[in-house]
Amino acid sequence: MTVYHALLELADDHLVLGHRLSEWCGHAPMLEEDLAMPNMALDLIGTARTLYDRAAALEGKGRSEDDMAYLRDERAYRNCLLVERPNEDFAHTVLRQLYFAAFMHPYWIAAQDSTDGVVRGVAGKAVKEMAYHIRHAGEWVIRLGDGTEESAARMRDAVEALSIYVDELFDSSPAAREAEAAGVLPVRADLRTQWDKTIADIFGEAALTLPEAPYPQRGGREGLHGEGLGHLLAEMQSVYRAHPGAQW
Amino acid sequence: MYSQGLIGADGQTNETPEFLETFQKRIDAEEKVEPTDAMPEGYRRTLVRQIGQHAHSEIVGMLPEGNWITRAPSLRRKAALLAKVQDEGGHGLYLYSAAETLGVSREEMTEELHSGKAKYSSIFNYPTLSWADIGTIGWLVDGAAIMNQIPLCRCSFGPYARAMIRVCKEESFHQRQGYEIIMTLAQGTPEQKEMAQDSLNRWWWPSLMMFGPHDADSEHSDQSMTWKIKRFTNDQLRQKFIDATVPQAEYLGLKVPDPDLKWNEEKGGYDHGEIDWDEFWRVVKGHGRMNRDRIKDRRAAWERGAWVREAALAHAEKRRARKIAAE
Repeated sequence: MTVYHALLELADDHLVLGHRLSEWCGHAPMLEEDLAMPNMALDLIGTARTLYDRAAALEGKGRSEDDMAYLRDERAYRNCLLVERPNEDFAHTVLRQLYFAAFMHPYWIAAQDSTDGVVRGVAGKAVKEMAYHIRHAGEWVIRLGDGTEESAARMRDAVEALSIYVDELFDSSPAAREAEAAGVLPVRADLRTQWDKTIADIFGEAALTLPEAPYPQRGGREGLHGEGLGHLLAEMQSVYRAHPGAQW
Repeated sequence: MYSQGLIGADGQTNETPEFLETFQKRIDAEEKVEPTDAMPEGYRRTLVRQIGQHAHSEIVGMLPEGNWITRAPSLRRKAALLAKVQDEGGHGLYLYSAAETLGVSREEMTEELHSGKAKYSSIFNYPTLSWADIGTIGWLVDGAAIMNQIPLCRCSFGPYARAMIRVCKEESFHQRQGYEIIMTLAQGTPEQKEMAQDSLNRWWWPSLMMFGPHDADSEHSDQSMTWKIKRFTNDQLRQKFIDATVPQAEYLGLKVPDPDLKWNEEKGGYDHGEIDWDEFWRVVKGHGRMNRDRIKDRRAAWERGAWVREAALAHAEKRRARKIAAE
């Protein structure tokens, strides 16, 4: 059951972030980004689907990926707080993407040695996706950080706003610790050095500095979220819940 | 998706009779006209207008469908809809590029869309009010688009014709996907079936309007046909669409909302009721339920993104300057 919970955390991270990116569709700053953001959203939602499916199989109650996504309330969602942060502006969106991808890339590299075949399969695909998410989001962080006065100011605001959600990425919940001990998932704390390096390289080019975050925010893994997630889920789950048992 | 029958292009042209005759001979010999070839000004203007309208339709068309991405009722549908809307954006990009070969920039075309000078398909001035509308748009709107676009694969202007080949493949996939959504609803719970029928009721007539005015009232059809930009008339394409779609609705157990619809053995096609052309022109002229919101949304996205585009340019300039300094 604990591996089930750990996979659910991971799946929720991907679905919630994919959903956030999908909110941009048709409203991006340029047509190229109207294509790029759904692309990244599709990667994330694809990963979430496989992980929900695997979690449901481990749970053994016959639930589907959609039951997992659409029938749990915000207190049952186990995503980290970073991914549920609202889009705000393009600077927040690309920085959130960079922070997450810089964490998940080494995560999936390590997960290629998982004792779980499904996790290994996901890792093989996701490792390539996260590499280009880092490249795409990272290039934007550099362009905006070292662009105009306005873009640099907006980028600094995003760094200020999102950096308090970084530490939580590297915390392992009790469920995650068991999955890590069983060799199913990588140890999150071990990925910090690589994350710091990825971000330092990009921030160096972007003329940004990573601030100290003496009061990091935590709680997502226990279902203690901000207020925005409830609205996201209310919207996402509305049709599914209005027609219990219907096929779509 | 698609731009409806071309609205208001001016096919007037001023070249010498000899030039026009030589050009027409190339067209009649089914030679493709390429961007660097000499062409009558009217031909160029008609294409800029048509390809621009088509591109704008793809972009504006992302909005009604995007309206349901965040509420798609399964993860599979959510992923498929995201991919579909992404395809539409890709078509827009492709088409803007095809229009740019004729000497007009994407920025100019975007400004014309935002100012209301350029048109886009009126079908997108109708709102998406239920999940079933996502299925119906795929089935009817993309279905109508395919009827229009398949002949465009043979359009005399090379870049447009080639763009259409890829676009048609994707549209045909969208059409089947939309039909499959509606089939699932039609075979689902009574509420789902009602949702599908309500959606068909609302989208049927606007879909027929996508083919443009009756041939007798279509101002510029003749010149476009002579130049082989267009291969079939509005009414011919509309008839093909109705004949293909009515049996699909019957198969689903849904009722086409036209009491006058009936099979005409003699012509081998369906007769249909009169289209409300007042409604068509009202929406074309900007008075549909969503016209203002669509343009407002497009402009808002453009204006909110201005600082991003400016930053990208500024950064590219800094990079260039640093590279020169280093050399």
